[in-house]
Amino acid sequence: MSDIVEKTLTALPGLFLQNQSVGGPAGVKASFSSRLGGLVRGITALTSKHEEEKLIQQELSNLKATVSAPATTLKMMKECMVRLIYCEMLGYDASFGYIHAIKLAQQGNLLEKRVGYLAVSLFLHENHELLLLLVNTVVKDLQSTNLVEVCMALTIVSQIFPREMIPAVLPLIEDKLQHSKEIIRRKAVLALYKFHLIAPNQVQHIHIKFRKALCDRDVGVMAASLHIYFRMIKENPSAYKDLTGSFVTILKQVVGGKLPVDFNYHSVPAPWLQIQLLRILGLLGKDDQRTSELMYDVLDESLRRAELNHNVTYGLKALTYVIQQDPTLALQHQMTIIECLDHPDPIIKRETLELLYRITNAQNITVIVQKMLEYLHQSKEEYIIVNLVGKIAELAEKYAPDNAWFIQTMNAVFSVGGDVMHPDIPNNFMRLLAEGFDDETEDQQLRLYAVQSYLTLLDVENVFYPQKFLQVMSWVLGEYYYLLDKDTPEEVLTKLYKLLMNASVSSETKAWLIAAVTKLTSQAHSSNIVERLIQEFTISLDTCMRQHAFELKHLRENVELMKSLLPVDKSCEDMVVDASLSFLDGFVAEELSQGAAPYKPHHQRQEEKLSQEKVLNFEPYGLSFSSSGFTGRQSPAGISLGSDISGNSAETGLKETNGLKLEGIKKLWGKEGYLPKKEGKTGDETEAPPVPQESIIMETVDQTLIKKDQCQVLTQSKEEKEKQLLASSLFVGLGSESTVNLLGKADTVSHKFRRKSKIKETKSGETTSAHNRTCSYFSSSSNATYEDGYYLDTLQDRGDKELNKLSLNSGLLDSESLTELPSVEKLSNCKLSSSPSLFTDNSMEGFQPSQSTALSVANETSLAASLLEETSEHMHSDLVEVCHNETISLSSFKIWKDDCLFMVWSVSNKSGLELESADLEIAPAENFKITEQPGCRLPIIEAESIKTFQYSVQVEKPFTEGNLSGFINYQMMDTHSVQLEFSVNLSLLDFIRPLKISTENFGKLWLSFANDVKQNIKVSESQAALPSALKTLQQKLRLHVVEIIGNEGLLACQLLPSIPCLLHFRVHGDVLALWFRSSCSTLPDCLLYQCQKVMEGS
Amino acid sequence: MIKFFLMVNKQGQTRLAKYYEHVEINKRTVLETEVIKSCLSRSNEQCSFIEFKDFKLICRRYAALLIVVGVNDTENEMAIYEFIHNFVEVLDEYFSRVSELDVSFFKAVSQVFLSTWQSTGVVLIRFYF
Repeated sequence: MSDIVEKTLTALPGLFLQNQSVGGPAGVKASFSSRLGGLVRGITALTSKHEEEKLIQQELSNLKATVSAPATTLKMMKECMVRLIYCEMLGYDASFGYIHAIKLAQQGNLLEKRVGYLAVSLFLHENHELLLLLVNTVVKDLQSTNLVEVCMALTIVSQIFPREMIPAVLPLIEDKLQHSKEIIRRKAVLALYKFHLIAPNQVQHIHIKFRKALCDRDVGVMAASLHIYFRMIKENPSAYKDLTGSFVTILKQVVGGKLPVDFNYHSVPAPWLQIQLLRILGLLGKDDQRTSELMYDVLDESLRRAELNHNVTYGLKALTYVIQQDPTLALQHQMTIIECLDHPDPIIKRETLELLYRITNAQNITVIVQKMLEYLHQSKEEYIIVNLVGKIAELAEKYAPDNAWFIQTMNAVFSVGGDVMHPDIPNNFMRLLAEGFDDETEDQQLRLYAVQSYLTLLDVENVFYPQKFLQVMSWVLGEYYYLLDKDTPEEVLTKLYKLLMNASVSSETKAWLIAAVTKLTSQAHSSNIVERLIQEFTISLDTCMRQHAFELKHLRENVELMKSLLPVDKSCEDMVVDASLSFLDGFVAEELSQGAAPYKPHHQRQEEKLSQEKVLNFEPYGLSFSSSGFTGRQSPAGISLGSDISGNSAETGLKETNGLKLEGIKKLWGKEGYLPKKEGKTGDETEAPPVPQESIIMETVDQTLIKKDQCQVLTQSKEEKEKQLLASSLFVGLGSESTVNLLGKADTVSHKFRRKSKIKETKSGETTSAHNRTCSYFSSSSNATYEDGYYLDTLQDRGDKELNKLSLNSGLLDSESLTELPSVEKLSNCKLSSSPSLFTDNSMEGFQPSQSTALSVANETSLAASLLEETSEHMHSDLVEVCHNETISLSSFKIWKDDCLFMVWSVSNKSGLELESADLEIAPAENFKITEQPGCRLPIIEAESIKTFQYSVQVEKPFTEGNLSGFINYQMMDTHSVQLEFSVNLSLLDFIRPLKISTENFGKLWLSFANDVKQNIKVSESQAALPSALKTLQQKLRLHVVEIIGNEGLLACQLLPSIPCLLHFRVHGDVLALWFRSSCSTLPDCLLYQCQKVMEGS
Repeated sequence: MIKFFLMVNKQGQTRLAKYYEHVEINKRTVLETEVIKSCLSRSNEQCSFIEFKDFKLICRRYAALLIVVGVNDTENEMAIYEFIHNFVEVLDEYFSRVSELDVSFFKAVSQVFLSTWQSTGVVLIRFYF
């Protein structure tokens, strides 16, 4: 019955269409064929794109004249609109008609309105400014008594609607959920689905009504609500577990054919509905045995009824997924796979390779990689190349059978992948060569082989290698040429020189080349080529090359220094640099005594400049917002005025080291006597690759299997045999269950070349870097019990020691200005180009954050000094225990500082034993930036004592609920390490601070912000009074009350670090009208949500 | 999620285009040209699903008319493949016998269908009148 009503409703416009013209389909044709039909036929008849363009341009100019003529009736307008739609669909701009489309939707009769809405939905997009003009029409139509008009309005809302105007129509649409007509209910659900997509916070309160829609007696409404549920469950599966039963029941009914026959598609009951339901059940049952059990029956039933389809790719895809679960299954289909591999369709071929990639193991690697390379040589599309090259590199790294194969494969990867491949590939390759793996002699052989192969490659005349490949070559030659044991590197220098002179080599690559030359020069005694090179490049126009050439020239004059600076085979080791430039102290003192102005850090200079401007600024609200936002971040205590020289330079030193040491940067320069490698090795031995015996057995089993196969098919053609052979080489090692994990995804795979985790090394290894020490000194010096006023009292004292150590280090290195060379080198490289490469990439990483960390270091210095007052001065939460066991207990609390959220975790050792080490690691979270070093290591926690870890947390983008998780790792004497996980909830409110601005400033800012959200919320009577509402907002949300005018209030706050948000609110009876504005698009939404929560909660 | 729905003829002329995600008009032309090229170059024996950049194309040919649907990674290819057929069946029934020219004639009408039945890029249960 309901279907019939629906059919009539939707057929209405069609009927109108027919009635208006002569009647019947033929009549429609006639009215259209005059204009649109003529246009379409005209275009079809044309042969060239050029003619088409001419025709359409002419059509468009005709249309333009017609639509803007005042005499044009709405009926004519409708006809024009259809033609405009067609022109725009062909890719020609028809923007002059947009406004007329909106007008048509506003003014036309039913049919004209329909065309108007259709045109709007095709022409405009969600952020189009003209869309706002449509809002009124939509609101009017939603209230119309004509069902067709309501339907049209709902349709347009579910297609495009300006996000900020949602509150205007939301109540109307909610009402429609109770409408007596199914089609209206369904469209209302779809409109709400759209709102959920673009502004989930605004429809949060209607969740209950969605449940009603799910239970609607009409299948269409229920099906529409599934889309909303799919999204909501995807975000938070645990909240909807109770609905599993309902979904299962629905699926049972669908599969059981309980739906009207109408919904059958080729006798399958509502297949798309089934798919959607299965997706939802998949989300609900994931990692949840109990919930999953509820669905087994129905899943079995659906599977039984589903007809299998035989589109090959699809089958392969399915197989690929299945194989992830059980690789042995691939064996049953091996001949199909082989056939697919030779399939003329490249797409099927690629899917096959994808499958092969999953079943790769140490035994079939060579064949599979060969197949992949073959495909790679044929394909032209960049996307495929990038993808495939990455896979080959990954496989080669994991399963390479021997050195020669590995290097040759990588050579192929580099020369084909060229400059499009992911920068990680060459980076990883070089890191692998540098860091080596378990066996030192094998390492050397690999390196030696690489050097030899590159030398041969460079010998070939007239071959152009991609820039990335050349960079890899030059790095390897520079680092490991010495392995060749030749007296002089003259031969390779000649080659490098030739490349340097080659015009087709990019300047970035040239920097790599000259770096290699520099390294080689330290091994050579004298070389004409180097001299020639210096001569050529000291006059080069390229600043970077000139810099390199000068460095090389000066270094050559001091061979001893050069050798210490560029030691052989020390590329993995970090070099200590006196970044504080303390050797310049004397010079600075001298200059100061001669009357030079003391150095001021950049931010201080800016601040001064700003304050000077303030004096001259006569505008009443000249104080710009950003300045107030930034001053908060610079704590004055961290800025020394430069009167104390060593203090000053040390501060910059701290910043520098911080910047340099941020990541696991690969250094090209090393220092003697540093042994992080040893440690890494012992670690690796423990997880030595599994014994290959099993795989050998397996292989024989496999071969016997294949032999059996071959016996059975003795009459097979030669071709078939070849295929069999291929199959046996491809599927070797897949037979037995006891085999190594074949998926390559799990960590248990024995990598042939295993990379050591550099990050781990820096974290756990003995670290000489100044930054790490500062870091641990910050944390270890705060090892006091959590009590007010027991913080970091010795900090100042230790700080001084730290500085002493720093300058001590600088004393160790040779003096002369050359000590700063590596950093200069990095800088110049950094400027070189923005295209990612190992070197530039790292130095960029190293340098960019240093600005912000510099600030934070400055903060910390002050923080350390002032932490004593901190806890009493700032609001802070109670100490909450986040995890514990019999040995330790971890508690945390938040300090809401003015410029950041400061999280303190305190570890208390409850046992009577000393903890050897304790490690707190915070997992990187999506929305947050944890400004301090994420891993901290306290060497020792004594018995029954407490130590604390401190992190400052910043938000990267607004959110509603967040959570910071991590784990603590500790080790007791003679026992293995224990790991405890914990997580702490963060709310947006943790990052909201009052923004103290004047009313004038408020007005000014209000106008400048583009993003706003309005919402009315009902509150209880006690809340409705302005003062109490204000109080709640002020206290719970930390908003600053700017001014109160009658029953309106102005409030302001900022999201740290400095995103302002303004709130205007008005009390009207028991309704609170809230209006948020901000420069950030998502912040108002999130704040509104918090506001609602607070007002409802109180 | 469906990203776009395209109907083109054998000559590569666009007959109908509907985007469910905003794409700038000049980018549309480029995208359509590429999509049509990669679909038309395929023979009937070849697979109907194409991985194209970061999304998937599902194409189905009806005489001189080619229907291409672009979907994102989470969409099921087979579901869309059948959905296209469903769509054509509906057109066929509605216009008694649909031909390429009919489609262009009644493009506006079929637009109405498309917009009504799969508003935000999700496939509802099926088409019906």
